[in-house]
Amino acid sequence: MGCEQEYINIFDRHRELIDEPCASILNEERAKAIIRFKATGFPDRKDEDWLHTDVAKKFATDYGMNLGRVATAIHGTFTCDVPNLNTYHAYIINDSFQAGENKGKQLPQGVMLGSINDIAADSRDLLGPYYNRLATNGDSIVQFNTAFTQDCLVLYIPKNTVVEDTIQIVTLLQANVDMMSNRRLLIILEENSRASLLLCDHSSLQKQTLSTQVTEIFVGRGASLDLYEIEETSGSNTRLGQLFVRQEQDSCFRHSNITLTNGFTRNRVEVSLEGEGAETHINGLAIGDKEQHIDNRTLVDHKVPRCTSNELYKYILDEQSTGVFAGKMLIRPDAQHSVSEQTNRNLCLTSCAHMYAQPQLEIYADDVKCSHGSTVGQLDGNALFYMQQRGIPAEEARHLLMYAFAGEVIDNIQIEALRDRLHILVEKRFRGELNRCKGCSLCKQ
Amino acid sequence: MKKKDNILKRLANKAYEFGFVSKIKTDIIESGLNEDTVRLISSKKNEPDWLLEIRLQAYRHWLTLEMPQWAHLNIPPIDYQSISYYADPLKKSKENKNKEIDPELMKTFEKLGIPLEERLALSGTAVDAVMDSVSVKTTFKEELKEKGIIFCSMSEAIQEYPDLVRKYLGTVVNYRDNFFAALNTAVFSDGSFVYIPKGVRCPMELSTYFRINAANTGQFERTLIVADDDSYVSYLEGCTAPMRDENQLHAAIVEIIVHDNAEVKYSTVQNWYPGDAEGKGGVYNFVTKRGDCRGHNSKLSWTQVETGSAITWKYPSCILRGDNSQGEFYSVALTNNYQQADTGTKMIHLGKNTRSTIISKGISAGKSQNSYRGLVRVSKNADGARNYSQCDSLLLGDKCGAHTFPYMDIHNNSAVIEHEATTSKISEDQLFYCNQRGIGTEEAIGLIVNGYAKEVLNKLPMEFAIEAQKLLSVSLEGAVG
Amino acid sequence: MENLLEIKNLHATIDGKEILKGINLTVKAGEVHAIMGPNGSGKSTLSNVLVGHPAYTVTEGEVKYKGKNLLELSPEDRSHEGLFLSFQYPVEIPGVSITNFMRAAVNAKRQYLGQEPMNATEFLKMMREKRALVNLDSKLANRSVNEGFSGGEKKRNEIFQMAMLDPTLSILDETDSGLDIDALRIVAEGVNKLKREDTSSIVITHYQRLLDYIKPDIVHVLYNGRIVKTAGPELVMELEERGYDWIKNEN
Repeated sequence: MGCEQEYINIFDRHRELIDEPCASILNEERAKAIIRFKATGFPDRKDEDWLHTDVAKKFATDYGMNLGRVATAIHGTFTCDVPNLNTYHAYIINDSFQAGENKGKQLPQGVMLGSINDIAADSRDLLGPYYNRLATNGDSIVQFNTAFTQDCLVLYIPKNTVVEDTIQIVTLLQANVDMMSNRRLLIILEENSRASLLLCDHSSLQKQTLSTQVTEIFVGRGASLDLYEIEETSGSNTRLGQLFVRQEQDSCFRHSNITLTNGFTRNRVEVSLEGEGAETHINGLAIGDKEQHIDNRTLVDHKVPRCTSNELYKYILDEQSTGVFAGKMLIRPDAQHSVSEQTNRNLCLTSCAHMYAQPQLEIYADDVKCSHGSTVGQLDGNALFYMQQRGIPAEEARHLLMYAFAGEVIDNIQIEALRDRLHILVEKRFRGELNRCKGCSLCKQ
Repeated sequence: MKKKDNILKRLANKAYEFGFVSKIKTDIIESGLNEDTVRLISSKKNEPDWLLEIRLQAYRHWLTLEMPQWAHLNIPPIDYQSISYYADPLKKSKENKNKEIDPELMKTFEKLGIPLEERLALSGTAVDAVMDSVSVKTTFKEELKEKGIIFCSMSEAIQEYPDLVRKYLGTVVNYRDNFFAALNTAVFSDGSFVYIPKGVRCPMELSTYFRINAANTGQFERTLIVADDDSYVSYLEGCTAPMRDENQLHAAIVEIIVHDNAEVKYSTVQNWYPGDAEGKGGVYNFVTKRGDCRGHNSKLSWTQVETGSAITWKYPSCILRGDNSQGEFYSVALTNNYQQADTGTKMIHLGKNTRSTIISKGISAGKSQNSYRGLVRVSKNADGARNYSQCDSLLLGDKCGAHTFPYMDIHNNSAVIEHEATTSKISEDQLFYCNQRGIGTEEAIGLIVNGYAKEVLNKLPMEFAIEAQKLLSVSLEGAVG
Repeated sequence: MENLLEIKNLHATIDGKEILKGINLTVKAGEVHAIMGPNGSGKSTLSNVLVGHPAYTVTEGEVKYKGKNLLELSPEDRSHEGLFLSFQYPVEIPGVSITNFMRAAVNAKRQYLGQEPMNATEFLKMMREKRALVNLDSKLANRSVNEGFSGGEKKRNEIFQMAMLDPTLSILDETDSGLDIDALRIVAEGVNKLKREDTSSIVITHYQRLLDYIKPDIVHVLYNGRIVKTAGPELVMELEERGYDWIKNEN
C-alpha cells in the first residue's frame, strides 16, 4: 500500500471531527466502508478495470480535505445559465450542499431537495432503505467516498409527482489550496413520478483538485428521470464519478454525460434493470485535447425479462488526449426478450491521441436482441475535400464534421433549451473558445 | 416444443464418435515435473545442448508463474505433478531400428478417417500424425523434398535441420510469453516442422493429425512453420482424443514466420473429446498460436472450427510487422453441454498499411459458455491500418451463455477500425418454415447452423469443410430445448 | 369425387384469444377454392392451423385430410402428405442456399415415402425445370433462402418450392400481396401450370385481382372466424363492387 495508509491515518485520527456534523446514517455506513477500504486499498493497474488508469497516483497529491466543514462562500453569484431554461437551482460547493436562490419558485408539494444532514433528522426512515444500498458493494473508490463523505444531496420525489422545471445542481470546486472533495448524491423517484436533473461541474481555480462522486438513483415503478451531467472544469481536476441506478417496472431513465473540459475523468455508470418493461438510455460525449484522459465505463445489467437498453458513446480525441470506453451489457439467465444495443464511435484527430475501446456482451438468455458496434477512425477525407471544393476552408470543414459527429449524442437530450446550449458549447469547444465556460458571471470576472 | 426435445435427446445419446482408445503399446515416462523430467525428455530425443538449455530456462521461468485467471472460464485446479509429460506410442524393438508403425496405430488412424497411405495419395494431402506426443509418420516426404520443402516431425527437424530450427524456434512465442508457453517450451515432445523455400508454392495441403491416446498424459506439441520469400503453403490440423473420465491437458505452441510476399493458410478442425453430457472428462486445450508476418506483403490466415475440448483457451494471432501485411481470422466455435470456450485472436498492427479481418461465429448450446475475446492493436507507427471485426453469437437454449469481449487499442489516427457484434437465436419461424417444407426440426437446426457458419466454413479446404459441417451437426446433439 | 379435405366446426386460439369460431369447409380433389374476407377475419389463422403452426391451439372440431386426422400429424408429416403453404411473409434463413434447402426438403419427403434420395444430377435437373416455371433466376437459387429478396422474388420462390414439392393441396396465403402486375401474372401462371385433376388449392386473398388469373370453382367469405357465405365465382365480382360491408351488416 502507498498513500492509502495516509488516508487511513487521517480517518482514524480525525474520526470524531468527520462524524460530528453528519447524520447518523452517514456515520453508520462510513464505519462499514472504511473496513472494506482498508482491506483492499486503491486499485492497481493489474486490475483489468484499471489497466489504463493509474488511480493510486492520483491520490498521492497532498490534497486538503475540509473535514472541519469550514464554510466556503461563493465568490459572487454563481449561476450557470442555460438561456430559455426554467430551472430550480441548488449548489454543491466542493462537497457541501447549498440551497440556491429561487426567487419564490417552489418545488411541488412533498418534493425534498437538500442536505441529508438536514433531511435525515425528520426522515431517517425514509432514507434508510436507500442510502448506500446500491453503492455498498462498489469498488474501493466508492468505499473511500462512503468513508469520507460528510454531506449528501438528497432529491426525493414522492409518488405521482411531476416536477416540470429542470432541477439544476451546480457543483463548484473552489479553494485556494490543492483540495479533495467527496461528493455524494441520493436521488429517489417514487412510483409514477417524473423529474429532470442537470448537473454541471465547474471549477473556479487552477489548483489541483480531486473529486470523487457517488450518485445513487432509485427510479420507482412507472417513474421517469432524465439526468444530464456536464463537465466543464479545468485541466487540473480529477473526477472519479460512480453512478448507480436501480430501475423498477416500466420505469425510464435517460442519462447523458458530456465531458467538455476536465483533466482526468473516470465515470462509471451501473444500471440495474430490476422490473419488467424498464427502459434505459445512456449517452456519452467526450471531447478531449491536451493531456486529457477520459475513461467511461458502463454496465447495464438486465436482471428481468422485457427490458430495453440503449447506449451511445462518442469520443473526439485531439492532441495527446486518451479515451477509454468499456461498456458491458449483461443479460442474466431469466432476462428473456431483452433488447440491448450499444454503439461506440471514436474519432482520433492526431497521431498522439490514444483510444482504448472494450464493448462487451455477456449473455445468458437466448431470446434476446443484443448488438454492439464500435469504430475508431478519423474524419472522412472525401467529405472534407468535397466541402473544400465548395469553398469551405479546411479548418471550418473539420469543425463542421466534428460538430456533426457530436450532434448525434446531443440530439438525444430531451430538453430543447439544453440541447441548443450544448450545441453552442460544443461548437465553441471545437474552436478552442471554451477554456472557461463564460456562461456564468463567475467565469466572466 | 416437446417433440424437438425428444429428437435431440435421442441424438444426445449418440456417443462421441472418436471416443475409442487404441490398444497401442505406449512408452510413458513417470508422471511429475522437475528439472530431471525436462532433462529426460531432452535426452530421449537426443537433443543438442542449446535446446536443453532453453527448456531449462523455460522450466525455471514457469516455476515463477501462476496460471492466468482472466479468461471467462472456470478452470478446476490442475495438478501438474500428476501428468506424464512424455508418451511415445511406438513399439520399442531393439532389433528393429527403423521404428515401424504399429498396425494398431494404423487402425486408429483409419478409424479417425485419416488414411495415411492410399487414400491420401489420391487426395494429394501430405500428413504428419502426432499421437500422444510423438510424430508418427509423414507421408509424401520425398515428393516434397524435390521442391525443397521440408515437412517432418519436430524431433527429426532438430536432428536434421538444427540451424533452421534454432534460427526460428521461440522467435514468435518466447517461453516468457505466458504460463502455458513456458510449460510447453520446457516439456514439448514433438510436433511438425515446415519450411517452404523461396519462391515455392507448396503443391499440396500439408496436414497434421493430433491425437491424445494414453491416459494421464499431457500433449505438448510444438509446430513451427516458416514460409520464405514469395512462398505459399496451406496447412491443416485436425485433433481428436478418446473418451476418458479424467481430464487431459493439451498445451501446444504453433509459431509461424511469414517472409516477404509469402502466404500461409492455417486451418484447424479441433474435435478433442469435450467431456460427456454431465461435463465429466474432456480435454483442456490451452494453446498459444501466433504468426509473425515479418515480410512486406506477407499474409497469414487462420481458420478454425472448434467443436471439441472441455475447456478451450486459444487466441491464434497475427503480428503484422511487415508493411502491407495482412492477417485474417475466421472462427466457428461451438460449445454444448458443459463445454467452455474462451477464444479469439490478436491482431497487432505494427507495419504500415496493414490489414486485418476477424470473422467469429460462436454457437452456444446446452449449459455451455462461449466467449469471443479479441484484441486489435494499432501501434503509433502503423499508418493506414484497417481492421474489420464481426463477432456473431447464436444461442440454442436458455441455459448457455454467449459473450463478446473485444479490445481495441488504437494509437494512430489514420487507423480505421470497425467492430460489430450481434446475438441471435434460431427463430421459431425459421424452424416452422423448414417443417412446413417437410424438413424435420433436427435437420433444420443443422441446416441453419451450417448456414450461419458458412462464411467461415467456406474458408476451409474442401475435404475439411465437409468434415467440419458434419461435426457441427453431430456436436449439437441435445442442443435445443 | 373424393373429399380431400374436410373441416368440421374448427375452433382455434392464439395467446388464449379465439380467432376461428367454427369453420366448416370441404375441398374435393381437383377443386380451386377461394377464401376471401376483410382483414382480421381469420384467413391467415386458418392456413396456419391447417399446416400445424405451433403458436395456434385447436380447441374444438376436426380436420380430415385424405381421410386421416390431420391435426395429429407433425408439420413436416403434413408437408410430406402433400400439404403446402405459400406463406404470406416467407421467412429469411441466412446462409442456407435455396439449393441445399430444397435438397433437404425433397429428400425428407422421399424418405417418408420410402424412396431413395435423389442423386445430385437428377436433383439439379429438376431444379432447372421448376425454376423455369416461375422465371426464377439461376443466381437466385444460389442465394440464401429469401434473404434480401424483393417481395416478388419471395413469392416466386414460394411457387418454385411448391413446384419442387408437388403438393396435393396447396394453400396460397395472400400470395398477391406486395406484387406488381407483372409479378402477379408470373406467379399466377406458375400456379396454373401446376394444376392437375387430382390436386386442389385454397386461395386466400383480400382482393379480386389474383382471382382474375386463378379461377376459383367455389368462393367463401370468412368473417369473424366463420364462413358466412359460399357461392360460385360470381361472388368475387359482387365483393369487388360492394366491398365487405354488406357482409358485415348481414352478420
